[in-house]
Amino acid sequence: MAMTYSEQVMDHFINPRNVGKIEDADGVGEVGNAKCGDIMKVYLKVEDGILTDVKFNTFGCASAIATSSIATEMIKGKPIGDVLELTNKAVVEALGGLPPVKLHCSVLAEEAVKAAVKDYYDRHGILYDPALFAALEHGDEDLHTAFVEE
Amino acid sequence: MRSIYLDNAATTALSPAAKQAMLPYFDGIFGNPSSLHTWGQQASAALQDARERIALCLGADPKEITFTSGGSEADNQAIFSAAMAGAARGKQHIVSSAIEHHAVLYYLASLQTQGFDVTILPVEPGTGLVRPADVAAALREDTCLVTIMFANNEIGTIQPIAEIGALCRQRKIPFHTDAVQAVGHVPIDVRALRADYLSLAGHKFHGPKGVGALYCRKGMPLRSLLLGGAQERGHRAGTENLPAIMGMASALEESLALLGQTDAVMVPLRDRLIARLRDIPRARLNGHPTLRLPNNVNFCFEGVEGEALLLLLDAQGIAASSGSACTSGSLDPSHVLLALGLPHEIAHGSLRLTLSRYITEADIDYTAEAILQVVERLRAMSPVWERITADR
Repeated sequence: MAMTYSEQVMDHFINPRNVGKIEDADGVGEVGNAKCGDIMKVYLKVEDGILTDVKFNTFGCASAIATSSIATEMIKGKPIGDVLELTNKAVVEALGGLPPVKLHCSVLAEEAVKAAVKDYYDRHGILYDPALFAALEHGDEDLHTAFVEE
Repeated sequence: MRSIYLDNAATTALSPAAKQAMLPYFDGIFGNPSSLHTWGQQASAALQDARERIALCLGADPKEITFTSGGSEADNQAIFSAAMAGAARGKQHIVSSAIEHHAVLYYLASLQTQGFDVTILPVEPGTGLVRPADVAAALREDTCLVTIMFANNEIGTIQPIAEIGALCRQRKIPFHTDAVQAVGHVPIDVRALRADYLSLAGHKFHGPKGVGALYCRKGMPLRSLLLGGAQERGHRAGTENLPAIMGMASALEESLALLGQTDAVMVPLRDRLIARLRDIPRARLNGHPTLRLPNNVNFCFEGVEGEALLLLLDAQGIAASSGSACTSGSLDPSHVLLALGLPHEIAHGSLRLTLSRYITEADIDYTAEAILQVVERLRAMSPVWERITADR
């Protein structure tokens, strides 16, 4: 299989940004499962509606770690509402592309971030349109097959 | 930076002697062995010489050796030959194991679509041993082939091939063994093994790529997969790859000549690496502790993923491989690790390191240290590891 990673992917994999946990996080999101080989956990710290800090922990391959790293970098410092505009496509582009079999990692990164925002909203009683998080409902197996075959 | 190649089960470096042995056959003795003129006859004599030398290395007769493009072709041809002969006599049952190479398993799957019945035997959990009693119990009146690998490419487990060969011979059932990982690494005598077919590949023992051989015992059916010429006594059409064949013969002789001294160094190095890696918490050795190839080390580290592991090691100048789904290009981790009874999440964290005679103690110590650091680093960011340690 073609397994060539871009320089950006290798950089974010070897030197991942924002690795770690936030003990008093305002929102935490976890997606994926160990059976499929990747789990991402994202921690958010929010002050006055702004994402002041983001950290992640990821179990997975190089692209899972790289997508987590760049996604946290892309949202840090942004207003929390803007975070919902993060797309897996933007993650892939920022990394200079991903091998087709690894595209699902970018989806996981997007979803991990959104799951953390949803958790933040839930914890703080902030109302939202559930459709915003509809994508979080599908199974991980679907995710793999949907993107692996592209 | 250091450069340590520990992926010798994938392929090996051509040995300098094998390389020298190949050189005269590119432009000096370049004739077609099938040609009648002097050029052709020189090539034909060299081909015969290589066949005799390889036969001698295996305890076979030269006429029992057919050159192929590699191990996969040899596996395919052995199974095809026995299956077609079986089908002609109304026998369409084949016995194999869950940890065979895909060159065997995929070929068997294709035969299943053509009406063959295939029994895939499970292996002993953890060690990957095929139990001869299971083979015996699976044999039927219509069994036309038993195919069990000599040694596994991922976990290095060496099977009780002589025992399985003996029980097949007793029942007069053709027996094939894929010995691609074993030839050149352990002493092999096809007569003692009671093997009817045996596959090997040149590039696994410091020979060139793109060449292999199939041993087929005299009197057993052998059919060509390729039609179009009478090369290899009609058993394989296509002009022989003479430089590669000469390189393979030389590499095999050299590997066997060095076997004693290689083992004396390699086995302690293998065990040194195993001992160091066992010190890592939640690390387990895959495969049999003693019945394993002298060059094979295979571990699972809980809470980390194999591809990340191997790329971080690559960044430190170490070549390894993994049976994680990410490296196999499929959803599932290696079928071998799953057959050992490992859960998916643990199989994802596998790492295979395969030594060669060019590896030193300093290489092993550097590698062990690098693995310790890399596992620790990945675990520090792993939510799976966090859960495992929280549960303790």
